[in-house]
Amino acid sequence: MSLLLHGGQLYADGVIDFDLGRLADNFWALTVDGLTYGAIYALVAVGYTLVYGVLRLINFAHSEIFMLGMFGQYAMLMLLGFYPSGNAFDKGVLLTVVYLCLAMIGGMVVSGGAAVGLERLAYAPLRKRGAPSLVFLITAIGASFILQEFVHFVLPKLTGGELGGVNAQQPIRLVVPTTQFTIFGADVTNVDLVIIVAALALAFVTDRFINATKFGRGIRAVAQDPVTATLMGVSRERIIMLTFLIGGVLAGAAAMLYTLRVPSGIIFSGGFILGIKAFSAAVLGGIGNLRGALLGGLLLGVMELYGQAVFGTEWRDVVAFVLLILVLMFRPTGILGESLGRARA
Amino acid sequence: MALLEITDMSVAYGRIEALHGVSLTVEQGELVTLIGANGAGKTTTMRAVSGLRAPSRGSIVFDGKDITRMKPHLRVLEGIIQAPEGRGVFPGMTVTENLEMGCYARTFESKAQHDETLDHVFELFPRLAERRDQVGGTMSGGEQQMLAIGRALMARPRLLLLDEPSMGLAPMIIAQIFRIVSEINAQGTTVLLVEQNAQQALSRSHRAYVLETGNVVRSGPGRELLADPAVKDAYLGVA
Repeated sequence: MSLLLHGGQLYADGVIDFDLGRLADNFWALTVDGLTYGAIYALVAVGYTLVYGVLRLINFAHSEIFMLGMFGQYAMLMLLGFYPSGNAFDKGVLLTVVYLCLAMIGGMVVSGGAAVGLERLAYAPLRKRGAPSLVFLITAIGASFILQEFVHFVLPKLTGGELGGVNAQQPIRLVVPTTQFTIFGADVTNVDLVIIVAALALAFVTDRFINATKFGRGIRAVAQDPVTATLMGVSRERIIMLTFLIGGVLAGAAAMLYTLRVPSGIIFSGGFILGIKAFSAAVLGGIGNLRGALLGGLLLGVMELYGQAVFGTEWRDVVAFVLLILVLMFRPTGILGESLGRARA
Repeated sequence: MALLEITDMSVAYGRIEALHGVSLTVEQGELVTLIGANGAGKTTTMRAVSGLRAPSRGSIVFDGKDITRMKPHLRVLEGIIQAPEGRGVFPGMTVTENLEMGCYARTFESKAQHDETLDHVFELFPRLAERRDQVGGTMSGGEQQMLAIGRALMARPRLLLLDEPSMGLAPMIIAQIFRIVSEINAQGTTVLLVEQNAQQALSRSHRAYVLETGNVVRSGPGRELLADPAVKDAYLGVA
């Protein structure tokens, strides 16, 4: 048994080490960590799932909307007078929370604005011409490159080299991760708490907005039956803009939370892998299904850390995508969404 | 002046013209029926009035206002609402949510006016009141049709468009639906009805138009058409 738990090799030459003991020993720590990543995936996944719901389009540029959010919150901190420094700024709990909220708003504004701009400039003209769905997909990928290269080459010229460029931004630290309490021996830091509480609050508000307000009903109506929605007086174009706005705003919030977790992740290419994972999370939960995206995000975050513990750090991304493939093999509609627009969005 | 006046309207799908210069009018307070075989252009006419299809020629005037190029959601604000072919019940929404969609574009003067409208719909369709929390997609065809009509009434329309409300329903339910349509009309709502079930529809309408391959070939009071041998022959299945 202990042989099985501690150290095993799938290949005789040790290509893949697997060690269930690492998982067993750190189970709760991995769970807490996984939930924080998962909460971030979940918020980004909502953007994929809502846009898919109303347009049947995988908006692959959403990962760049997230990336712009990281820069947005960073720019906001700079506007507030912060600068990159090796040490964290110590402003006291209350002020720090205020600054974090302002940074988050910065991310939300930039991402939300970028998402709506993307919709208006890239997708709306295609809809007007009745372009086939493949064209939308290619446009999404193209837009993704354009946004990346904008931050890579153009943004530094616009900001005198302060933002963007080939290197990651020097971190601006407002919070030093410090343990607040422990659950089953797992440390829970202030960063963990901020991420989970903020993500839960945002997820709750989004869920209420979609399921219990008039505009949320409009979004669901367009997702379930766009023609009838139009006959009821819903402006599809406005609903589409609203959907991109919600997705963008949540991605911007997620971007700010992500930089707490990974302060050195603010780089033009920094949205790519995270975006694909959030997309996987949306598919995992059932694409088109809001609660599915939230659940899928949390699940993916936790599972990939468990997998990382068992197989080793370098296998983390592999675990996430293998999980996606397995779900698609055995339950192609995802965990919650049995049928796209039909389930409660 | 007619409430709805369609003049010489043609509608094309790509290169194929589905309507070739159709003219028809609906007066305030009337119940007007459009009958015709499959593919005659009935649904296309309805789609054009709702704004889902732009006419390639001709005009649509509603209450003196040219709405030929008006966006569909703005026509709802003018008072035109449609219960579409196939009912178009939102499958994932409850009965209440579906009904609320009917007044999506409308702002009621007060909460009381909204509740009054809802009560009125529940009065016409007590079945909907019993099932207000049921999800639309799980209801029977007849219930879905009631929901579609009730939803349209939530807009307090000036012109109610009903596209084949009897489609796929049992005879008893069809009779019930037609009774309710007559009642809605008697209460003052102008109705433009599309039907294949010509017998029931003609006997209940003030006037009717017969569409054949995109042209109006006959029109007149419902009962007159009912007695017309050519109509009898083609649409009523009796010689």
